[in-house]
Amino acid sequence: MKCSFTVYRFDPAVDKKGRYQEYTLEAERTDKILDCLNKIRWEQDPTLAYRFSCAHGICGSDAMVINGRIELACQKLVKDFKTGNNFVIEPLPLFSVIKDLIVDMNPFFAKHRHIRPYLITAGKALAEEFLQDAAQQAVIEPALRCILCASCTAACPINRANGEYLGPAALLRAFRYIFDSRDAATDSRLVQIDSPEGVWGCKSMRWCTDVCPKGIPVTKCLGQIKRLVKQRAQGPSREPRP
Amino acid sequence: MKHEYDIVIVGAGLAGLRAAVEIGGDTRVAVLSKVFATRSHSGAAQGGIGAALGNEEEDHPEWHMFDTVKGSDYLGDQDAIEILTEDAPRAIYELEHLGVPFNRTREGKIAQRAFGGHTRQFGAAPVKRACYAATRTGRVILDTLWEQSLQKGVAFYDEYQILSLIIRDGQCGGVVAYELATGKLHTFHSQAVLFATGGAGKIYKTTSNAFASTGDGMAIAFRAGAPLEDMEFVQFHPTGIYKLGILISEAARGEGGILLNNDGERFMERYAPVIKDLAPRDMISRCMLEEIRAGRGIRGQDYLHLDLTHLGQAVIESKLAEIASFARTYAGADPVKDPIPVQPTCHYMMGGIATDADGRVVVDRAGTPFPGLYAAGECACVSVHGANRLGCNALLDTLVFGRRAGIEMQRYIRATGSPHRSAEPEKKDADRLRGLMESKGRERSGRIRAEMQATMMDKVSVFRVQDGLRAAVAKIKELQERYPQIAIQDKGHCFNRDLLDAIELGHMLDLAEVIILGALYREESRGAHSREDFPARDDTRFLVHTLFGYDAIRGPQIFTKPVKITRFQPQERKY
Ligand SMILES: Cc1cc2nc3c(=O)[nH]c(=O)nc-3n(C[C@H](O)[C@H](O)[C@H](O)COP(=O)(O)OP(=O)(O)OC[C@H]3O[C@@H](n4cnc5c(N)ncnc54)[C@H](O)[C@@H]3O)c2cc1C
Ligand code: FES
Repeated sequence: MKCSFTVYRFDPAVDKKGRYQEYTLEAERTDKILDCLNKIRWEQDPTLAYRFSCAHGICGSDAMVINGRIELACQKLVKDFKTGNNFVIEPLPLFSVIKDLIVDMNPFFAKHRHIRPYLITAGKALAEEFLQDAAQQAVIEPALRCILCASCTAACPINRANGEYLGPAALLRAFRYIFDSRDAATDSRLVQIDSPEGVWGCKSMRWCTDVCPKGIPVTKCLGQIKRLVKQRAQGPSREPRP
Repeated sequence: MKHEYDIVIVGAGLAGLRAAVEIGGDTRVAVLSKVFATRSHSGAAQGGIGAALGNEEEDHPEWHMFDTVKGSDYLGDQDAIEILTEDAPRAIYELEHLGVPFNRTREGKIAQRAFGGHTRQFGAAPVKRACYAATRTGRVILDTLWEQSLQKGVAFYDEYQILSLIIRDGQCGGVVAYELATGKLHTFHSQAVLFATGGAGKIYKTTSNAFASTGDGMAIAFRAGAPLEDMEFVQFHPTGIYKLGILISEAARGEGGILLNNDGERFMERYAPVIKDLAPRDMISRCMLEEIRAGRGIRGQDYLHLDLTHLGQAVIESKLAEIASFARTYAGADPVKDPIPVQPTCHYMMGGIATDADGRVVVDRAGTPFPGLYAAGECACVSVHGANRLGCNALLDTLVFGRRAGIEMQRYIRATGSPHRSAEPEKKDADRLRGLMESKGRERSGRIRAEMQATMMDKVSVFRVQDGLRAAVAKIKELQERYPQIAIQDKGHCFNRDLLDAIELGHMLDLAEVIILGALYREESRGAHSREDFPARDDTRFLVHTLFGYDAIRGPQIFTKPVKITRFQPQERKY
């Protein structure tokens, strides 16, 4: 069927500001939006720029705004939209546009690095694995679904107002290490994000949770961090964990 | 721009990052990747990683070794396979200590599940050997290794695509890379280069591989004088989502899923009475196509059903969550209630750049190293997978041999002086890019790519026959002749995909040719290479590795090298 795509364009070499360009193409109902963009690029306009790689929602390359909502272009099919055959495609908000649908993700990854995204252990040399209860492991499971696509952080209204706020994606990664029973740096991790730029920046607006293409309950995870920070302020600090 | 490092690693998948973690900190290391590091296709690996930990039931590295040898249809080098399987438990514990969140058993140990071709007691019954993190095993290992590399101060050059190797006096001394965001060329001088550039599934129309899996490393090394080994062995995974090729992991069958034909028959019982749906991939893919040819495809069409409905919602949501969501999104099938339509999909290259067990690229039968050049992961051929890779052994391969390559490179750079600098190493690439950008031809890379993919799918996939292969070679030659006529429409320098598509296509055409020539030469059926005109394995003539060296004038030149057999003599391969 015939579809129309109105796509945000910006070429730093010629454009002063962004503009929209319209394309019409034949698409199947079961085509992914990414397939449609590829068709435009292969058949009509090879200059259209966007990131993509895995094409099945696992690498996190192609978060963008489709008909006003943040989505992964490879995870949404033409038939998933109720807007007839008309699509408007725009780059992620919050980040600056490099070209067309490609945004600068460096600030996003800088925040990611800031939360010390690695396991810190007591340095016990073991021949075998650290034992970990399956239930403990299950606590961090939702956060393991994260593909660093930046949808949540781009959607978060707090982030737009306060550029210093770490944002949901980085905090979710902090959650993943804070609640990993093998990690020995819980206290210092909590201290690090106990601030308005840290976990208290989150006002539970839930926009992150709504847009997450992996269905991660981001707001809930951040809530668990907040509770732990409060507990720590009230009671004696928790035993360092093995 | 010029950059100086001790070691340059090309590729930020598991193989490249495992090497980086090994040597980062002590050595100045740069990792270059054409996609942002965490977008590497290792992140798509779902099912698991094999190691005889024995956490769920008795298991031994020796059994793992036997299964891998047998799975390889006796073409894998047994000395290397022994290293792989003996080192596996250490590699897993190390990952766990680095933070990889594996699923757990009741006692809190790393949980394990069954996978195709992995058995106890040398084939007696399936064994639980695959360590996993739900169906996100690759994702969590990739994240962990990336985060560890950042911590170690490894320099990342994301969205840098390498175009060529810098070679002087036969010694490798760096790479030339194209920066996607600016279109600028960068030269990276180093004492050693590791290629960890992954697979090349995009040569085929239907594949589980990413758009970035275009075999760049293999093709660039080949043109620089490194032979490619066993390229005719291309793995087709039995369960790609119909028409799309998106993978439904073997874990689905490891957890008890079964394949059904149009009669509702569990047909694998007929072909592999002992391990049934957990037979190795080459075998199941062939059986599926046999069923389809016999008219037993679903509704007479070219697909079958993967049925998980009897596993129940709890198992599906907890252990197979990711693939359940793929089935819902892309096939419109809810695996709790509906069978999933599947067909074989191009998945893995058993062949690659010939290396030894320390990641050194080797140039001849005698194993003479290519000074300064290393390869690991899917782009390399050690060979541990021989004619058919077992599930869960690819991730293991990246970790074991990525680490070994790291160790060996560090030893090498300490023992060897810097290579002589070549003047303007980027000039050749600059000229080539200019030529492409200014070409006035009438071809589009998209068209040539589509014809290549269709030819390879049609004539060089699961079943092969001489006439078809000859036609395929002629077609690829025709496409190679048309290739210089490609005109780049995008004249810009910022994320010029049009240009990169053309460059990648050139690489894939080179590789397609070698795959077909290997398939033509090998007049037997072994592992994933199945010749309908030569249905039997022929150990007298073909218990050898096929290698091709580049020759600009005469075309790829073949030679062979013996298989290393240490403990397990070739037997008939039955399951
Ligand atoms: C869907 C899927 C599921 C899988 N599941 C499993 C499983 O459960 N268990 C298992 O053992 N195996 C599995 N495999 C196989 C396994 O995942 C791969 O073989 C393995 O991850 C390859 O890792 P790698 O490091 O060699 O390459 P990749 O992870 O593919 O990384 C290649 C890297 O090279 C870079 N690169 C390539 N060309 C260039 C260039 N020209 N310039 C710069 N950089 C470049 C890319 O950017 C990327 O960073 C699966 C494969 C697929 C496709
Ligand atoms: S292309 Fe990988 S997430 Fe969409």
